[in-house]
Amino acid sequence: MAEFEPRIILFGCNFCTYAAADLAGTTRIQYPPNVYIVRVMCSGMINPDYVLRAFERGADGVMVAGCHYTDCHYIDGPVKCDAMFIKLKRLVHVIGLEDERLRREMISTSETTVFARIAQEFTEQIRKLGPSPFSAVGEEVTV
Amino acid sequence: MNLEEIIQATKTYYCLECGKCTSICPVARYDPSFSPRAIIESVLLGFEDELISDRELFSCLTCYTCSQKCPADVDFPIFVREARVIAQDNGQRGICAHSGQLRSLPRLMANPDIKQRRLEWLSDKYRISDKSDVLLWVGCAPYFEPIFDDIEFRALDITEASLKILNFLGIEPKLLPNEKCCGHDMLWTGDIETFKKLAEQNAAQIKEAGVKKIIFSCPEGYRTFKLDYPSYVSLDCELQHISEFLAEKIEKGGLKFEACPEHSEGTKKKVTYQDPCRLGRHLGIYDAPRKVLESIPGIELVEVEHNREDSVCCGTSAFTNCDTYSNMVRMERLSEAKATGAETLITCCPKCQTHFRCAMVDKGEEKRPMPKIEIMDLVNLVANALGGEK
Repeated sequence: MAEFEPRIILFGCNFCTYAAADLAGTTRIQYPPNVYIVRVMCSGMINPDYVLRAFERGADGVMVAGCHYTDCHYIDGPVKCDAMFIKLKRLVHVIGLEDERLRREMISTSETTVFARIAQEFTEQIRKLGPSPFSAVGEEVTV
Repeated sequence: MNLEEIIQATKTYYCLECGKCTSICPVARYDPSFSPRAIIESVLLGFEDELISDRELFSCLTCYTCSQKCPADVDFPIFVREARVIAQDNGQRGICAHSGQLRSLPRLMANPDIKQRRLEWLSDKYRISDKSDVLLWVGCAPYFEPIFDDIEFRALDITEASLKILNFLGIEPKLLPNEKCCGHDMLWTGDIETFKKLAEQNAAQIKEAGVKKIIFSCPEGYRTFKLDYPSYVSLDCELQHISEFLAEKIEKGGLKFEACPEHSEGTKKKVTYQDPCRLGRHLGIYDAPRKVLESIPGIELVEVEHNREDSVCCGTSAFTNCDTYSNMVRMERLSEAKATGAETLITCCPKCQTHFRCAMVDKGEEKRPMPKIEIMDLVNLVANALGGEK
């Protein structure tokens, strides 16, 4: 059996995290290819169902990332995101997934190295946990 | 089933076009584009595609008010339910409130490999036993807990109160640690595949646990087990709603209540009762909850204007197509409850409570003030009347 390659979905906000990922790419900073980024306009617009659906379709880990509190283009996006995340974490806990499969981060545009480090860390963390119960075992990842 | 078969099975072709359904439908009262009669007529005239792609198909509350008045005995809610299965196959799903998470959760639960952590709220206060052959159905309460935090609704309070009552009566029930969603919402929104998976897993778990009797504190779960499971799985046990169970105990004289501690001698706390559609019109249980209420000293039951068979629904079913019209239905119901002069609205259904509480904290409040009334589940009231920490 081939080695387990985690599939990680990252919901990143357009103004900070996505831009950080973009900048990491242009400055040729290496980060694992296991992280699939979904760009959203603001971390405050991510609702619990996005994450639950990602898990349902076989994501091994989900990260919700956006601006720092004072950076938000829409003023209070991270606050909304935090409120949503508290509920989401409890739901994911009750459904029986490991708490470590879900992560909330704040990554600013210029924090390219931080982005690469977090992506690396999270991928390793999920690799240790193994596939999620919803993961489609043996299915080839095509992008 | 295709539409032709659905029409046969639900006797839709008997429709007299008398319009009683539309005139009594709580949705049609506010939503001019929804009409059970028009839906049936268009299907009978052959405009099937129109129905399947119609958003309004998911607006029906399936509350059975229409079928009850129908002189031709058309089973409209079942017709809608089966038509939704076809709609679902065509990509129509209705709009799910609360961002759709309430539909994702049952789908996640349908996976046989997951091990839920649904009983972490249990404390030593309650006695449960794995050897017991009585099962208390917990249902969606552990999931409602985080989702409805902001409308101050604690679904687990209902479960805890039920446990307290059962313990008080000397029953140590069993709780299933990996109980799945009963599938009610999946069934009524047309996701029949997920429903089957959930039903099979639940039936297998119940069989393995050797349960002889299941007690429900939720009418939706009760209805699903009683009326819908037999068509898909075999269940060999007695099913009872907690209000029926309590009424039975009271009848036998095994249960006496103390007066409510907050009410001194002579004064009575006025309460009114909301008949949940699943318990009332679907299953015909009207008397059991009333009997329980009447047997509690210090409680006076006053009926709302529309009660029993005519009771008004809480406005949304399966969290689908919840909109301004749904809120208007709720407003009507809450105004009726308020008009009785009762302090508390008692209901038996956690979902009724969710919808009413949600309506009362609605943001559009300034324009159209929602009547405010305390809402409580029947089991909470009973648990309080049992007195002390027993």
